[in-house]
Amino acid sequence: MSQADFASLKERFAYLTERDSADHLSVNCPAKHLLEFCTSLRDELGYDLLLDVTAIDWDVQTSPRFTGIYHILSTTHHNYIRIASDCLEDAQPSLPSLAGIFPAANWHERETYDMMGIRYEGHPDLKRILMWEDYPYHPLRKEFPLAGIEVPFPAADVAESANAKVLPAPMMGGPFVSPSGGTMREIEPQAKDESWTEKEEQH
Amino acid sequence: MSTESTTLGYNSKVEGEVVVTQADAVINWIRKHSVWPMPMGLACCAIELMAVGASRFDISRFGMEVMRFSPRQADCMIVSGTVTYKMAEVVRRIYEQMAEPKWVVAMGACASTGGMYRSYATLQGVDRIIPVDVYVSGCPPRPEALLDAMIKLQDKIGRESSVKNLTAPKAVAEKPAFAGKEA
Ligand code: SF4
Repeated sequence: MSQADFASLKERFAYLTERDSADHLSVNCPAKHLLEFCTSLRDELGYDLLLDVTAIDWDVQTSPRFTGIYHILSTTHHNYIRIASDCLEDAQPSLPSLAGIFPAANWHERETYDMMGIRYEGHPDLKRILMWEDYPYHPLRKEFPLAGIEVPFPAADVAESANAKVLPAPMMGGPFVSPSGGTMREIEPQAKDESWTEKEEQH
Repeated sequence: MSTESTTLGYNSKVEGEVVVTQADAVINWIRKHSVWPMPMGLACCAIELMAVGASRFDISRFGMEVMRFSPRQADCMIVSGTVTYKMAEVVRRIYEQMAEPKWVVAMGACASTGGMYRSYATLQGVDRIIPVDVYVSGCPPRPEALLDAMIKLQDKIGRESSVKNLTAPKAVAEKPAFAGKEA
């Protein structure tokens, strides 16, 4: 089978639906078919390089809340496919792990687990990769404040000798964000003007 | 040869081969001219730190070229870069392994205050876990700024009561970290 457009993919994989996309071919694939679909992509359609694994948190009230996103490149046909797969559970989201078919998925999935809290079933070693291991939150979730939440310092002995805690960062007029859409002037980075979040001001 | 900052008076015609001075002056003079930095390079500022070590800026003009990657052999930690909470544990451990007397230079906005990283992952200033002697502003600071800081550190070392610190090391060595005030 040569390079896929959506119609020919749909013929073969009836469970796919098309996604709006500004650039490359983009499909929705139900989580339970994800492994099978990606295996076929790799073995039969030449999509052999997994470039990115990430996820979207739509919002706390939205259901399904989390969507896993995969970008795969064909190094022979030189084009991309984007696959989106909704996580069924909103409270404890999970997806099948692609680490078995694309070794590159290993660290990507650990990162997505760390930041979003999506569990990848079948991952060989699903632990945090950016934050320290006993960190209790998943910081890129929508309800997590940019400044952070007070938690104990990573190592108990160091916490004691340095008398340190992980404290919310002072926002000092920030966070500074660029609104999406609008004229050049409107999308300049702007201060969202959150108040000083630190209890005691630094002297 | 006697200036305001040295307490050394020496005239070869009068004293011959004997120099009369104070223990503090001798100890501080030795210490400040052989600072052994521990390059705690954590982000982009470390590149400027490397420039300071290289020939163009040449930190060896101040007797500090012996950068040691082992904390046991260093006495001045130059924290150059963003200190994440995950790394903060390591920074503190390495600091604790350095032998007294020891000094800390917070190089750049990140090490001094967290810099532009006002986020959940970044320690908002390394002074929350270790006592800092000199702060350097800039993102990153120019190599000259770091050299200036190191010269300021030399001045500071020159003003220490080293003999008193030797006899009562704990009382003086325990400078409170910033976070200590909050608890
Ligand atoms: S102060 Fe600027 S140059 Fe230095 S580590 Fe931070 S971001 Fe990088």
